[in-house]
Amino acid sequence: MAVSESAPAIAADLTQDQLRSMYRDMVLGRLLDERILVLNRQGRAPFAISGQGHEAAQVGVGYALRRGHDWLVPYYRDLTLVMVMGMEPKDHLMASLGRAQDPNSGARQMPGHYGSRAHNIVTTGSPVATQILHAVGVATAFKYRGEDKVVVTSVGEGGTSEGDWHEGLNWAAVHRLPVIFLVENNSYAISVPQSLQMAVAHVADRGPGYGMPSATVDGGDCLAVYAAAREAVDRARRGEGPTLLEAVCMRLQSHSSDDDQRRYRSPDDLAQMREHDPLERFRRQLEGAGVLSEGDADTIRKECQRVIEAAQAEADAAAPPDPATALRHVYQEG
Amino acid sequence: MAQVTYVEAIRGALEEEMRRDDRVLVMGEDVGAKGGVFGATAGLFQEFGEERVIDTPLAEAAIVGVSIGCALAGLRPVAEIQFLDFIPPAMDQIINEAAKIRYRSNGEWSCPMVIRAPCGGGVHVHGALYHSQSLEALFAHVPGLKVVIPSTPADAKGLLLSAIRDPDPVCFFEHKALYRSLREEVPEGEHLVPIGKSRVAREGADLSCITYGATVHEVLTAAERMGEDGIEVEVLDLRTVRPLDREAIIATARKTGKVLVCHEANLAVGVGAEVAAIVAEECFQQLDAPVMRLGGPEVPAIPFAEPLAEVYCLGPEKIEAKLRQLAAY
Repeated sequence: MAVSESAPAIAADLTQDQLRSMYRDMVLGRLLDERILVLNRQGRAPFAISGQGHEAAQVGVGYALRRGHDWLVPYYRDLTLVMVMGMEPKDHLMASLGRAQDPNSGARQMPGHYGSRAHNIVTTGSPVATQILHAVGVATAFKYRGEDKVVVTSVGEGGTSEGDWHEGLNWAAVHRLPVIFLVENNSYAISVPQSLQMAVAHVADRGPGYGMPSATVDGGDCLAVYAAAREAVDRARRGEGPTLLEAVCMRLQSHSSDDDQRRYRSPDDLAQMREHDPLERFRRQLEGAGVLSEGDADTIRKECQRVIEAAQAEADAAAPPDPATALRHVYQEG
Repeated sequence: MAQVTYVEAIRGALEEEMRRDDRVLVMGEDVGAKGGVFGATAGLFQEFGEERVIDTPLAEAAIVGVSIGCALAGLRPVAEIQFLDFIPPAMDQIINEAAKIRYRSNGEWSCPMVIRAPCGGGVHVHGALYHSQSLEALFAHVPGLKVVIPSTPADAKGLLLSAIRDPDPVCFFEHKALYRSLREEVPEGEHLVPIGKSRVAREGADLSCITYGATVHEVLTAAERMGEDGIEVEVLDLRTVRPLDREAIIATARKTGKVLVCHEANLAVGVGAEVAAIVAEECFQQLDAPVMRLGGPEVPAIPFAEPLAEVYCLGPEKIEAKLRQLAAY
């Protein structure tokens, strides 16, 4: 296990265009996430679950995958990661507003329950960590068919207390399956701190117990996450088995729109987090390396705002689901 | 046609389907080199190898959860839970995941898989509390699942082939007392019995007994004895408890006007209650007696010692007594 506090200034295998695109995806995720919370406070989106503070980790992992080839079995904080895989702001807004065009579920599920066959994102439910086992099954299918695909599955550090998480890691290690177990550790499972979830300092400390390589990376450092994820993905693709990858993130917002983290976190804690916002860190890093010029970040921000405005206009105008469809798709039809 | 036992019929169905369709694989505890604790997968490991016949870690949630992942990625997994009594750790995966995948994705994803498990007990089975339970009602309550409980070797084969080819998750429960006690002719090759269709195991005009699984044979014994006294009992073997064959249930109830529903599982809030409700709702005018039920008593499972087990289990005598009570009504 390696604890990586800082990344190389610029990853050798990423072009400047890719780096700008990574930054743009982070900004798009953040602004969309903020928009959805506003819609919630306006009473228009009944429920919202935020991924703010996780964008760098999600973009870092997403860019290590081959889009359209590799698979993702996500969890509810992966708003940005599913967009790296191919979903669009419009898709999120359709879900938030409960529109028939919600591609995840046709507005049957709460927002944040992702799934898209077109983008190799496996359908997910609410129980925590059940998806870990599905990823192991997907990887079993890849290995059985001799495909060079890998699957990433994600969960928070609270989810690692579930039996399904343990069973999944153990099985994948036994059968050397091409899975990356991503843990987006933001220190809190709703209100319960990491110290009450586990007696180890890092989730990745458990890797050796499964006979699996593992690493803890700074989840606010996009390129450090990318480098660690690339290593894990390459290892899986070579047929050398799974990796446990822990990205230490921050949860800038409350657990969900029904939670208020000021009730259980100190003002200092919350303020300090803001000072280490991963978006600002990445912007400074890219500006320092000359990847972004003065004004570029502003241009990107405005472009993302336009995309979100257009997406919301489309979602606003979209129809809710037809009640006549509520009884469909329990079993295969016809 | 060959004379085969119930467990041989299951083994044969798995073998035939694995030869026909390379998407089919089998996983569970001891299903590999040992061929399963009851021999239901005997020889498959040797023929198909460790990639298709997977000896899993001892983890029921994982057996089902990994099978779900395989199904999502295009395979046709058959998961074996060693005893139905040990399925509760996998209930989250079955009820919250497998059963809901099609509905929650608005029809975009599906979960074609089979969960096989030996169920049931008996006076001479000695399975006791944790190797004898009949938990089908827990699964039959859940939209999205199908629940199949074959009573004969031919049905075991025909229904298992249908279950593996079904586009949705199927719970396939095999009464362990039947594994080696029954031998009959089973059609070789393609023999499909449709899920959701019952069969009339015995025709009769006076009473109907609706049942399934191993209890079918106890009911048939009781019905023969009644027949000696000129009371003809029609026996309906449901074969599938979700979806129920409503048409056949209604037809036999209307035909005889007197219905007993019988199963080994605990009586209260069981499959029999649903069958009785269908009869009450659909056949009220044709009934000559209240619908009666016979099932397991209000204890959690079948005890070990034979004198205790006898209290739980039905057997032809108790069934006959109940049928005579119904006949006399």
